[in-house]
Amino acid sequence: MASRAAPTAQSPPVPGGLTREQLLDIYRYLRLTRTLEERLVALYRQSKVIGGLFRSLGQEGESVASAYALDRGPNRDILSPLIRNLGSMLVMGAQPIQILRQYMAKAESPTRGRELNVHFNDLERGYLGQISHLGDMVPVMAGIALTFKLRGERRVGLVYIGDGATSTGTFHEGLNFAAVQRVPLVVIAEYNRWAYSTPPEKQFAVKDLAEKAKGYGIPGVTVDGNDVLAVYEATRSAVERARAGDGVHLIEVKTYRRKGHAEHDDQHYVPKDELDWWAKENDPVDRYAKRLRQSEWVEERELQAIDGQAKAEIDQATDACVDEPLPPGASALAGVYAGPPALPPHWYRSL
Amino acid sequence: MAEVTYLEALRQGLWEEMERDPSVFILGEDVGAYGGAFKVTEGFTKRFGEERVIDTPISEAAIVGAAAGAAHMGMRPVAEMQFIDFISCAYDMLTNYVATARYRAGLATPIVVRGPCGGYVRGGPFHSQNPEAAFFHTPGLKIVYPATARDAKGLIKASIRDDDPVIYLEHKWLYRRIKEQLPEGEDLLTPIGEARVAREGKDLSIVTYGATVWKSLEAAEQLAKDDGLAVEVLDLRTLLPMDDTAIMRTVEKTNKVLIVHEDTRTGGVAGEIAARINEQAFAWLDGPIMRVTAHDVPLPYAPTLEDFVLPQTEDIVKAARWLAAY
Repeated sequence: MASRAAPTAQSPPVPGGLTREQLLDIYRYLRLTRTLEERLVALYRQSKVIGGLFRSLGQEGESVASAYALDRGPNRDILSPLIRNLGSMLVMGAQPIQILRQYMAKAESPTRGRELNVHFNDLERGYLGQISHLGDMVPVMAGIALTFKLRGERRVGLVYIGDGATSTGTFHEGLNFAAVQRVPLVVIAEYNRWAYSTPPEKQFAVKDLAEKAKGYGIPGVTVDGNDVLAVYEATRSAVERARAGDGVHLIEVKTYRRKGHAEHDDQHYVPKDELDWWAKENDPVDRYAKRLRQSEWVEERELQAIDGQAKAEIDQATDACVDEPLPPGASALAGVYAGPPALPPHWYRSL
Repeated sequence: MAEVTYLEALRQGLWEEMERDPSVFILGEDVGAYGGAFKVTEGFTKRFGEERVIDTPISEAAIVGAAAGAAHMGMRPVAEMQFIDFISCAYDMLTNYVATARYRAGLATPIVVRGPCGGYVRGGPFHSQNPEAAFFHTPGLKIVYPATARDAKGLIKASIRDDDPVIYLEHKWLYRRIKEQLPEGEDLLTPIGEARVAREGKDLSIVTYGATVWKSLEAAEQLAKDDGLAVEVLDLRTLLPMDDTAIMRTVEKTNKVLIVHEDTRTGGVAGEIAARINEQAFAWLDGPIMRVTAHDVPLPYAPTLEDFVLPQTEDIVKAARWLAAY
């Protein structure tokens, strides 16, 4: 089956410069992502999540691993996550409680109930949430990377783009601009097989997204997106080159979206055996855990402890915010501009 | 004092802000070594270098998007649209990304998007547009439209210093036609959101902006001479946020109002002004609020056609005369 693409870059025999603690740390983010999303499903079924719920099941590996390759800390590298890059945000320092609050539209959520799900940002921690107009974050991240270049800062930008969104005009304009300016930007192109219900063959006429890189005069590679260490290694290497002044790099990660576009979507357009295969044979978290065990880099009890901690952390975060209030209606009028602080309500509201 | 054109005043404003603040930079098509299609940025590369005067690909969405990203990081980018007609290619970026950034995410996006607007120059459908109505509807943006050399300078400087995104509309028919004595070595700033009484009068008000300020002043002069009418002309200067106070003040003074703009009529800014007057100063009116605007057609090229479609001084004279007699 075409979608079961063989990996074109193998995992390094020894994890690239990672310590044992870092290997466990990556596992912790993978588990935290999955546990948090499972909790969100429960909250969605209880109608506590207000809007749609978007899962990254099956593609958590590339999100976590690519973000983990960045320089993290206050005012370091910046990434722009998509709806299925929750894991990358956690790696950069977003807190599970912020995501829970966002989904439940709480007053205390990072956007104070104005925006949905993972559409929020913390530039100091290094993430800039997307808007729903796919492709738009590519020019914006090109501008952020341009600023790094203009100021001579050794920082790198990383932007995710889905297979479907590579069809947008903003993806093309942004990538071309970034390439011409040779800004320090890494593009993670996620081949997850489905753009809502549209398969790649109806989206573009190339086989691999990495082929598109040639048109921009930038290096492009294809990596097995469910091989955590391969994604980490490819990203680390691209980030290093971008940081050194070698411009834009594109990494295509082959992965698979195992859930529908959002929870409401029953995926009737997806072959059942294909889903089963990816779940059984190519789950990025299972693969990574298996690799850690088999290589004897970590012990089974350490992984189990992390699983327990992740659940406890999500339990605690949920308990802390699930009963919080929504924002007061009139707070909607504040903050459109730097000044004045709020608009007045319409005249008939005081009748 | 030195006599400067509208274009030179704009250029001076940009230059002074580049000198004052190292975070200001320019990006756009042919703005660098070539100096821009209308030479607004001529000599800038030599003074400020290629890193602060960036020649871009023909990619308006990328120009605005990259400006937004840089602005989030504390820069103050000024993006040039070679002709403002092409701002529509960045419509998504401006309305969905830039305009909402502060509200949805607390992101400061202090960018200026500027470019030559307007007709009366035989530019045809794609080099003559006035795009204000397309953006006027979008909370989060500011829109300024200077009519004088003084405001061309004062508003570009104020726009660059503003903490919100500003669309700066400059009229190419005014570029070299309008000259004014401007003080030298003075930090000339025009506050955003404040209209200006361009001519005092008591019989009737014309509310307008951009190139039609000059057409309206010409009409007012003719009406004074031929009809003995004292027409007040209000130059809005900023369209968003709109100076309601100044509009209501002139309505309360003359009790009759004609709204004039070069843009087409349906869904145009004049409709919004009329609605505001209706809501806030209905009791002060002694006649209907009337509009003089372009006809609702794409702007055609042939001089006979363009002259017919666009509002001319004679149209304003006739309309004002009709309203004065009402």
